Amino acid sequence: MKTFTGAEILLKSLKEEGVDTIFGYPGGAVIEIYDQLDKSDIRHILVRHEQGAVHAADGYARASRRVGVCLVTSGPGATNTVTGIATAYSDSIPIVVLTGQVPKVLIGNDAFQEVDIVGITRPCTKHNYLVTDVNDLGRVIREAFYLARSGRPGPVLVDLPKDIMSMQGSYQKGRNVKLKSYQPTYKPHLKQLSKVINLIKNAKRPMILAGGGVALSKASDELRRFASKIVAPVTTTLMGLGTFPASDELWLGMLGMHGTYRANMSTSACDLLIAVGVRFDDRVTGKTDAFASQAEIVHIDIDPTSIRKNIPVTIPVVGDCRVTLQILNDLLEKETLNGVRKVREPWLRQIEEWKSTNPLAYDQKEVTKPQFVIETLYKLTGGKAIVATEVGQNQMWAAQYYHLDTPNSFITSGGLGCMGFGLPAAIGAQVANPGKLVVDIAGDGSIQMNIQELATAVQYKLPVKVVILNNQYLGMVRQWQELFYKKCYACTHMEHAPDFVKLAEAYGATGLRATTPEEVAPVLKKGLALEGPVLMDFHVEKEEGVYPMVPAGAPITEMLLV
Amino acid sequence: MKDRLKEEEVNREEGERHILSILVENQPGVLSRVAGLFSGRGFNIESLCVAETMDPDISRITLVTNGDMGVVEQVKKQLNKLVDVLKVLDFMGGDSVEREMALIKVRAKPENRAEILRMVDIFRSRIVDVGAECYTVELTGDEGKIMAFLNLLKPMGIKEIARTGAVALAREKK
Repeated sequence: MKTFTGAEILLKSLKEEGVDTIFGYPGGAVIEIYDQLDKSDIRHILVRHEQGAVHAADGYARASRRVGVCLVTSGPGATNTVTGIATAYSDSIPIVVLTGQVPKVLIGNDAFQEVDIVGITRPCTKHNYLVTDVNDLGRVIREAFYLARSGRPGPVLVDLPKDIMSMQGSYQKGRNVKLKSYQPTYKPHLKQLSKVINLIKNAKRPMILAGGGVALSKASDELRRFASKIVAPVTTTLMGLGTFPASDELWLGMLGMHGTYRANMSTSACDLLIAVGVRFDDRVTGKTDAFASQAEIVHIDIDPTSIRKNIPVTIPVVGDCRVTLQILNDLLEKETLNGVRKVREPWLRQIEEWKSTNPLAYDQKEVTKPQFVIETLYKLTGGKAIVATEVGQNQMWAAQYYHLDTPNSFITSGGLGCMGFGLPAAIGAQVANPGKLVVDIAGDGSIQMNIQELATAVQYKLPVKVVILNNQYLGMVRQWQELFYKKCYACTHMEHAPDFVKLAEAYGATGLRATTPEEVAPVLKKGLALEGPVLMDFHVEKEEGVYPMVPAGAPITEMLLV
Repeated sequence: MKDRLKEEEVNREEGERHILSILVENQPGVLSRVAGLFSGRGFNIESLCVAETMDPDISRITLVTNGDMGVVEQVKKQLNKLVDVLKVLDFMGGDSVEREMALIKVRAKPENRAEILRMVDIFRSRIVDVGAECYTVELTGDEGKIMAFLNLLKPMGIKEIARTGAVALAREKK
């Protein structure tokens, strides 16, 4: 039988999985692999920090619905990926992280650049592997991709000892992966679904809560059909933004700590809550005892551990969101729901009232309001951009004021809340969508966490546009200090920041600045029209807050409104 | 609504002891995955025992934990989610046979020796090592039996003990 080196087998396996791009950073333990990679037609994007590589692979996966791949060396290369892996794990993003490892014979000897990355990442990967036999390599890679993308997706790490990469081994073309210990449930129990139908028929005030699971299972169309059929208003979590069109009349806005007034009020008043692909994070539920306390709750999710973890539910449905909604829609086809709109009338009227009581708003005076920048961006792009965000106030304003109509266009670190995510993720999203406008909405704090990736964007001519809402504060923490710590702004004032315009120029990108509200639209227009990466620095109101805000642990109806 | 209330009531019954019998792929790191799951999520491990089954590719982990229904339900779901876990069985009450082995080194003063031997006999245990001042006793039984035996030996002076933790199998249906 013909044999190949480990590195050759690795590259063959990656090709077979349809990999066209790898985000990575070379090092001693992966030289062998890079040598092969150079001879293959897989594109390699050289990042400037390994954290950037994982976030870019993650952004690529979120924007393309494919598995993102990153390749780094052993030791520090591997540990630098941990934050990115945890980010992908929190948001169930399918990525495969390939890490170099010291030669097998040296493992456990505290060798140079040795670290037990499999041990370190065990709690933040869906699964991980240390390859100890070159003949296992093909199978392991196949399993890694299969695990990453199937069921509830997530990051999978494969640790590759250096000597295995140069050993000769056999390679067989892929067969379907079958793991007897891993069989996700795609098709839900029909008995459960008929109970759901009954609840829908009897509900007077139903609503739908959609989460990241809807985006991951590509269930947006089914969701829309479902909502309009049963005439139920829809809210989403941060991760679910875009899965239901913001232009739809049934759209309530986002739910939770910084959710809209009407979404939070509706959730507390509804008598049926159909939750699809969510995990009831504390930022969504607030005080759990008070959450949807008048409602029967239906929870649809592919991961049984998500169900009844935080919130007791009436009807658990384990299944893929798309498959489940499809079946529900088919079942509803046979039902007579003629009078449903009439029954819902008072409920929809009530929601309409809430809409006008406390809508999202800000008061634009002499100093630029950050919300105004986002709103202007939204208008100028027609809501058509892929928006990545950093984490903090910038992220929440983006979620509130950039209204999305399509899924997979809001790239944000929801679960982990990882500052420094946005720029590399935007780069990944741009690689996956070369023709599209990709904007990273950033704060002056978080942009500095992975600013080095600007060099990556310049090198590969990735025309990412960065919008910095510069308030010279770590704004979200400052806001908490203002509200809950008697305005003691301990260590949140970033007095010194680089001159972002000069910094952009130093990297070979374009830098622009707007210091007044009048300059906002012209700067955005100019920046968006320019070729290549652009960094736009907007000097905004220093002490603006994100509202509504539900204090941590309070019921979501107890919103601070200004 | 009714179902939710019922569930909350059940949640109030706290601290039930559960023996979980977990069949896993005999892979390196699998024990660490299971143990890490418990520590990472704040679940309890009272005892833990691992060995191969008849199939050398599969190991059985017998793990004793406690918690209310909600917690144990979550424990089981999380275990099932681990890629290397094949099956999770939850033994409660009388549906399983449970045994644990203990080795007990007890001080054997001349005036106590007869008493120790009598107790060894009553508990159907054995003396497996005899020293100048100590006997080492081997005892099998469920948790209750072992605790009872230890309590009886305590006044004589227990020097050391080693316990395996529980192992269990489901009872055949009668």
